[in-house]
Amino acid sequence: MPDTITAADAPGAPTPPVEATGGIPVKAEKPRSLWSDAWYDLRRNPIFVISGVLILIILTVAVAPGLFTGTSPRDGDLVHHFLSNPKLTHFFKDDWFGYDNQGRSVYARTVFGARASVIVGVLTTLLSTVVGGLVGMLAGYFGGWIDAVLSRLVDVFFGIPFLLGSLVVLNAFSERSPLIVSLSLAFLGWTQTARVMRGSVISVKQADYVHAAQALGAGTPRILFRHILPNAVAPVIVVSTISLGAYISAEATLSFLGIGLQDPTVSWGIDIDSATAVIRNDPHVLFFPAIALSITVLAFIMLGDAVRDALDPKLR
Amino acid sequence: MGRYVARRLLQMIPVFLGTTLLIFLMVYALPGDPIRALWGEKAADPVALAALRHKYGLDLPMWHQYWNYLVKLAHLDFGTTYSDRPVSQAMGIAFPVTIRLTAVAFTIELVLGIGLGLFAGMRAGRAADTIVLIFTLVVISVPVFVLAFILRQVFSTQGLNWVTPTVQNSYDVTQLLLPAFVLASASLAYVARLTRTTVAENLRADYLRTAVAKGLPRRRVIGVHLLRNSLIPVVTFLGTDLGALMGGAIITEGIFNIQGVGLLLFQGLQRREGATVVGVATVLVLVYLATSLIVDLLYAVLDPRIRYA
Repeated sequence: MPDTITAADAPGAPTPPVEATGGIPVKAEKPRSLWSDAWYDLRRNPIFVISGVLILIILTVAVAPGLFTGTSPRDGDLVHHFLSNPKLTHFFKDDWFGYDNQGRSVYARTVFGARASVIVGVLTTLLSTVVGGLVGMLAGYFGGWIDAVLSRLVDVFFGIPFLLGSLVVLNAFSERSPLIVSLSLAFLGWTQTARVMRGSVISVKQADYVHAAQALGAGTPRILFRHILPNAVAPVIVVSTISLGAYISAEATLSFLGIGLQDPTVSWGIDIDSATAVIRNDPHVLFFPAIALSITVLAFIMLGDAVRDALDPKLR
Repeated sequence: MGRYVARRLLQMIPVFLGTTLLIFLMVYALPGDPIRALWGEKAADPVALAALRHKYGLDLPMWHQYWNYLVKLAHLDFGTTYSDRPVSQAMGIAFPVTIRLTAVAFTIELVLGIGLGLFAGMRAGRAADTIVLIFTLVVISVPVFVLAFILRQVFSTQGLNWVTPTVQNSYDVTQLLLPAFVLASASLAYVARLTRTTVAENLRADYLRTAVAKGLPRRRVIGVHLLRNSLIPVVTFLGTDLGALMGGAIITEGIFNIQGVGLLLFQGLQRREGATVVGVATVLVLVYLATSLIVDLLYAVLDPRIRYA
């Protein structure tokens, strides 16, 4: 790795240099934090650039679908029913991706479907990262019986098959908003974050700066959040990024099974489910939401991969 | 060894109790009344309603219901569905089907996953490696149900006409191949990537250079020295994945019309038959616990440095 680092690389790094967290060869004359180092690597990684651009586009579509189409995804006109084949040269027009069997524009539905997926993905990731992170941090830092109890709790939640568990929880709700879907996914999804955080905290809490903070009389919350968390959070970020893609995929799967989001909400999973009825003659109705879904999942998994490569000292 | 197994089995008891209690609460304590739902839109007869609740033990307090479930489970009795069919009978028909599907899927995952991973790991950084990486990334990203429809469209009567679109006879392995591949696809990609990483890492190890230097045949270097050392993280994944495959079959079985556990579970959910859902989930949890024990024991086989006292 070239060792040219400008002053512009250093600001914005919230953490002290990480000599003690292990592994990263920090040159004595030019201390560089794990984060600025990772950012330096990331900007030069084509996978990160590609996935970053894809995610920016997806987020824009999710926040402002009106920028991409003026048509409502719920407007169905049966006039279009028999003229359904996609007109692949009509860029950004209603009939670009053709019409579905209710005469709704597949393009408009694909555009508006991004929002539900992004909301569920981000919300589930936030919930499971916060809950799992807290549980893992407490278990790792305090050890002893707290660790024993919390670890068994994680084992219990981990033992339930993910899809089965979310199906059972969601089945109890007749009104399923994105919030409910996110909560039920996070209900079983937090365990992996907790395991990763616990391991990470255990390896960090032996460090000298933690002992120094303890000796100086810092309170437990201060030690946990100011000293341990910034140095232990890297693996958790990796896990969270990759699982964001997995949660989007899970939401679509649940909606496909009819136990996820419900019809007034526009969701790729619902569209793929209703497309299966017409797949023989009109495969395009299935194809476009499926492509959009796959690209979204792909983008987040690629981002997670790139972040892991940048943050994992073992790969250097 | 025996003492280690005994200790692990004892540790499993609280996890098993906790997991089944959690599933039990998720099924029975969440809102919704399955007995009332038997009447659908019609007004329910309160006397019959109460009689049915009593018959299925749903009028007892939750802890008592869970206790009854545990006592029955100890006698291998999973309760009955609301049409008075023993759940164990329904599972006895469905589980062999799912086990056949999972066995084929697991074989595909094992052979193709490790094969691709070894192939890519030996060529790390070259074009073949990149192609395998992109392939696995795409397979992981395409959701299972999308992959199922695409492959079915391509290979069944609509396209190449190699397979029947649904599975008519689950004893016929050729009919199970396509659904099994779909079921295994995501795990296959993970196994390939995991194998690739560890193989690429171990290729640089001292013991491998020694093995090559002392003139061992290539087959032995790769099969014994490289692969055996690279398999430990892969075995961990494969072990926890076996239960996930059986639980994840719910989508594949629905699309390919396989009368297995997934379909049984899905119907149980739709009819809100607690006994069916809890029964299937209990068996899946037992599978998960058993495989994680087997994985731990396999470590000792793969890595002789690991000894269990």
